[in-house]
Amino acid sequence: MSTRTPHTEAGLAGGDSAVETPGDPTATGVPVSRARTVWRSWRGLVYQLAGILLAFLALVIWLLTANLSPIVLTTLAPGALWVYTVEHIQLTLLAAVIVLVIAIPLGIALTRRPLRFLTAPVLAIANFGQAAPAIGVVVLLAFWVGFGFWAATLSLVLYAALPVLRNTMVGLQQVDARLIEAGRGMGMSSAAVLFRVELPLAVPVMLSGVRTALVLLVGTAALATFVNGGGLGILITTGVNLSLTPVLVTGALLVALLALLIDWVGRVVEHIARPKGL
Amino acid sequence: MSEYIASNPAESSSTEESVTPTGITGASILLDHVTKRFPGQARPAVDGLTMEIPAGKIVMLVGPSGCGKTTTLKMINRLIEPTEGRIVVDGDDVTDMNGDTLRRGIGYVIQAGGLFPHMTVATNIGIVPKMLGWDKARIAARVDELLELVSLDPALYRDRYPKELSGGQQQRVGVARALAADPPVLLMDEPFGAVDPITRLRLQDELINIQEELQKTIVCVTHDFDEAVKLGDWIAIFNEGAQLVQYDTPERILGDPANEFVENFIGSGAGLKQLTLTRVAEVSLSDAVVGKPGERAADVLARVVETGHGHAVIVDERRRPIQWLSARQLGRLEVISDVPDPKLPLVGKRATLNDALDTMLVSSAGAALVTGRRDMFKGVIDVQTVMDAITRSQSAAVLESDQAPVGLNTGLFQAQVSAAEADLIETDPSGADARSVQ
Repeated sequence: MSTRTPHTEAGLAGGDSAVETPGDPTATGVPVSRARTVWRSWRGLVYQLAGILLAFLALVIWLLTANLSPIVLTTLAPGALWVYTVEHIQLTLLAAVIVLVIAIPLGIALTRRPLRFLTAPVLAIANFGQAAPAIGVVVLLAFWVGFGFWAATLSLVLYAALPVLRNTMVGLQQVDARLIEAGRGMGMSSAAVLFRVELPLAVPVMLSGVRTALVLLVGTAALATFVNGGGLGILITTGVNLSLTPVLVTGALLVALLALLIDWVGRVVEHIARPKGL
Repeated sequence: MSEYIASNPAESSSTEESVTPTGITGASILLDHVTKRFPGQARPAVDGLTMEIPAGKIVMLVGPSGCGKTTTLKMINRLIEPTEGRIVVDGDDVTDMNGDTLRRGIGYVIQAGGLFPHMTVATNIGIVPKMLGWDKARIAARVDELLELVSLDPALYRDRYPKELSGGQQQRVGVARALAADPPVLLMDEPFGAVDPITRLRLQDELINIQEELQKTIVCVTHDFDEAVKLGDWIAIFNEGAQLVQYDTPERILGDPANEFVENFIGSGAGLKQLTLTRVAEVSLSDAVVGKPGERAADVLARVVETGHGHAVIVDERRRPIQWLSARQLGRLEVISDVPDPKLPLVGKRATLNDALDTMLVSSAGAALVTGRRDMFKGVIDVQTVMDAITRSQSAAVLESDQAPVGLNTGLFQAQVSAAEADLIETDPSGADARSVQ
């Protein structure tokens, strides 16, 4: 729809473009087709949310109807579950905020001219670091900085910073160099080009990096329990240690659903924040 | 000799200002002994180039790829900083001023328009005015004015995003954006390289029209020699290291290439290319016997015989030609009908002689009807008119030669600069341009 044949172009170019345009598919369409386009773009997101809610409902119904032992019921008391979940989210969000504050400016700095020579090596390290096992990072760091909430947060930050850093750099790199040149050629300062051209155009890639990091964080935060960091991971360890399968399953499912929910929120933000015209 | 030239350009630009005819909104540009060396390259990309660009003219920079023509262009707005030398725009040395401020005052058009995809057409065009602190109403009015200028309906296109435009339309918006703050100088880097041939021709015609209206100084890089001939008032042909091989009018370059390099660059068909230099409006047309529908054919035939013509042109009430009847056809008719003949050999007065000749060759009469504004009949053009025009433009080109602006290299390869060019500079260093009289 964006490319037109030379023939049409020649027709449009012929002075009176107003006459030609009603046949143009890009002209503002009738409201009905617009509503349909909106629905099409949101359809996937609506299905994803519905799936998450259904799965959660199924979990709740199963917990209410299954014949569970008293120990399981105590462990899975709604109040306790809520505390674990809040801890888990706190851990995730705190790590995410720290990641954003560190990784995005770092990614921008590494793609500026004075540091551009570092772009390739840093990208290589980021890709490599991504392959390191999370549990190793969490436990090793705990031995270094001590056990507890902050140790867990630090290791999560280190782990999740990589995708954000990588996508920030890739997102900025893939901006058409000619657009940057056009901006500079019009007299925009390098800062103006960064904020008005490069960053807006890098937003989709950057946001998908942030979403990846968040999902990664929700999953990795389950490992925080090994260093006494709290979160839903405790259900999984308890379930394994005491052979309480319902607890194990509930913990695992809650982590998975939380990750999917965060992923959904990320997708919604991406959908809204994506610059128009791309 | 080099001292002489070094002292000269400042004078020449000042003399030029005094002779600048009114209507020209462009500014003269001077590259004064400009050299660019990129780190890690043995040979400079641009080597001691001195070049004068007269105000209000289109100067085309052409040459093989990697010859430094784009580097030269980008040094004018200092997107690329010169290693040595001075850049003078409108008599002011801009070599050391703030680059961003300088660039806000110079329009810049790149291939495919270089529009920002996340901004609407209006926002794209309004970027420079916004940076200059214009208020919203003024920017909006300017955007509409510019869209009209590049033949896009503001109401339809203002709020579109670039991806909703065709390549040609994007390029138009790119030109509009460069003109937004009414800069005296417009730099274009292969502006029409990314569009199909038909669109390219239209855009070129439109640029000529816009230039006629605005009279900016336009410096345009292209690798297409035909484009250079069509658009350029002056053509600068570069060889490697931005060695100016020839800097002259299209007529002179086609009629009297400086050396074999230029000849090869022109390619075959130099004579035919000269036909593209003159427009139908610039040659004298022959009169024709004019008749109207409803007239008695015998009356028209009588007039045809009386004036010694072979044909009569039938025009409608708005003087648009509808038929072209030979004496024989008139003899067979009773009353002249008002049915238009769809196969009339028509050319607009803005068409080049090349187009006119093409139309003539396929028409049975060996001539073509020329129409002007609102398709009104203007006269008849025939092969003889074209031949005369060519002869005249060839002799005129020789006369024009001593009006050429300064252009030479003083770098290591100076020996390559043709002696003829060096002579030119001595005889007339001023950039005054005879073509503006036309």
